[in-house]
Amino acid sequence: MKSKMHLGEDAIRGVFMLLGMVTVACVLLITVYLILAGVPAIREIGLGPFLLGRVWASTAAEPKFGILPFILTSLYGTAGAIVLGVPVGFFTAVYLAKVAGERTRRVVGAAVSLLAGIPSVVYGLVGMMVLVPGVRELFGLSDGASLFSAMVVLSVMILPSIVKMSLTALEAVPREYEDASLALGATPMETYFRVSVPAARSGIAAAVVLGVGRAIGEAMAVMMVSGNVANMPSLFQSVRFLTTAVASEMSYSAEGSLQRKALFSIALVLFLFIMLINAVLNALLKRSREG
Amino acid sequence: MSDCLTVKDLCLWYGDTQALKNITMNIKERSITALIGPSGCGKSTFLKTLNRMNDLVSGVRVTGEVRYRGEDIYGKGVDVNELRRRVGMVFQKPNPFPMSIYDNIAYGPRTHGVKGRARLDDIVERALRDAAIWDEVKDRLRTSALGLSGGPQQRLCIARALAVEPDVLLMDEPTSALDPISTSRIEELTMELKERYTVVIVTHNMQQAVRISDTTAFFLLGELIECADTERMFSRPEDKRTEDYITGRFG
Repeated sequence: MKSKMHLGEDAIRGVFMLLGMVTVACVLLITVYLILAGVPAIREIGLGPFLLGRVWASTAAEPKFGILPFILTSLYGTAGAIVLGVPVGFFTAVYLAKVAGERTRRVVGAAVSLLAGIPSVVYGLVGMMVLVPGVRELFGLSDGASLFSAMVVLSVMILPSIVKMSLTALEAVPREYEDASLALGATPMETYFRVSVPAARSGIAAAVVLGVGRAIGEAMAVMMVSGNVANMPSLFQSVRFLTTAVASEMSYSAEGSLQRKALFSIALVLFLFIMLINAVLNALLKRSREG
Repeated sequence: MSDCLTVKDLCLWYGDTQALKNITMNIKERSITALIGPSGCGKSTFLKTLNRMNDLVSGVRVTGEVRYRGEDIYGKGVDVNELRRRVGMVFQKPNPFPMSIYDNIAYGPRTHGVKGRARLDDIVERALRDAAIWDEVKDRLRTSALGLSGGPQQRLCIARALAVEPDVLLMDEPTSALDPISTSRIEELTMELKERYTVVIVTHNMQQAVRISDTTAFFLLGELIECADTERMFSRPEDKRTEDYITGRFG
């Protein structure tokens, strides 16, 4: 009787452990595979020419594999999304956490959640049909598919993460801090911006980093609005991101070719970026929990 | 001594529940008034009507009159922020901001437009001296206020309240979260403060009321039962309920 119970316990424990291991195994597998698949091309091309080369011409007679345009496009695009998206997201979060009434809060909160649930291809589609022509008209361009359009789409896509995470951080600010400020004669707005926001700053910083992660990893939507040409980035030019570089050439690159191997190397670079962002995010979250 | 605060027929409701019933009392300036009574009697609620901190609770309704130096603080066009600057508050749980000691004190003056390093330095030092905590913290003004222990934190909160040059200091059970030594330091400090400020203190501790207050008001179930000179109230209470409470028959 007794040993049978133990057997059941152990079995269940084992199953849980095994399932937990599946996740870890996936991460390990992807990491190892990316390193194994990504390193050969870098060896062949050379780290310097690969990372700092300004020309990507993978199918030319004399192919060139420089990914600096992709790296810079991803960095600029992400930075642009942050510049456009963070103020909106941050003020939305402050409004929802501190100012809005119960009903507004519910409606806006639901809208933000919905925004998070929209598939990226839909963002891309709407961007393509509405934003790209709009940008073309507004700035008098021959084509609106550009880095700028991608920034705008990305800024909307990162809004939910920024709003939600900042909101959580702001709501965790102890009521006592705000009471103390109000009791000193500070107005509610002074209180929010000089006490609540500083008290929530690690969490808000984490929200921004999470947004960076989302933006740098996005492929589908940006491919549809950025024109997807491997130019060095410029605001109103057609550009290609790290993600879209991989996505757009993978289907026709020949098995075992340097082109395909180089695509894996791009993925490896992207992966390292994401790892770095994750490390920063974890450090910030740890700090925010410790207050 | 003239009256600093006069309260007339004050009633307060939380939604449908009446928490204060026709409170009428006067609070003398430069004295310590203690509010005592069992939990839930309305003493803290009453305290918070004096600087309108109750406004922050949703569903609160107030009728009657509270006059601060003659002005009806629930009247039209009252600047609530200015009222709260002049009628400061110290809370039950020490609640310094998660900032440096210096910034905690300077927060209030900065909010009210005081600029300039030298002026702020002056205000910070004076406030900390007045709250009898200067010597303990003068070498660590730039370190986090959260690094102080409970008693010093509470004195820091008192200093923070003093830094905006209030006239009245409301204290909501300021020692209930503190050890006996910290408690007695706060009590001493409070007695020094009445030289310059009007103090209204809510306390759970009747000995504390006896030790420090000039006037005591006894609250029960939202009513003010008796308000009198402290010595008189504790030696010859007029109301049977006051007597029962202060002799420990309930509470």
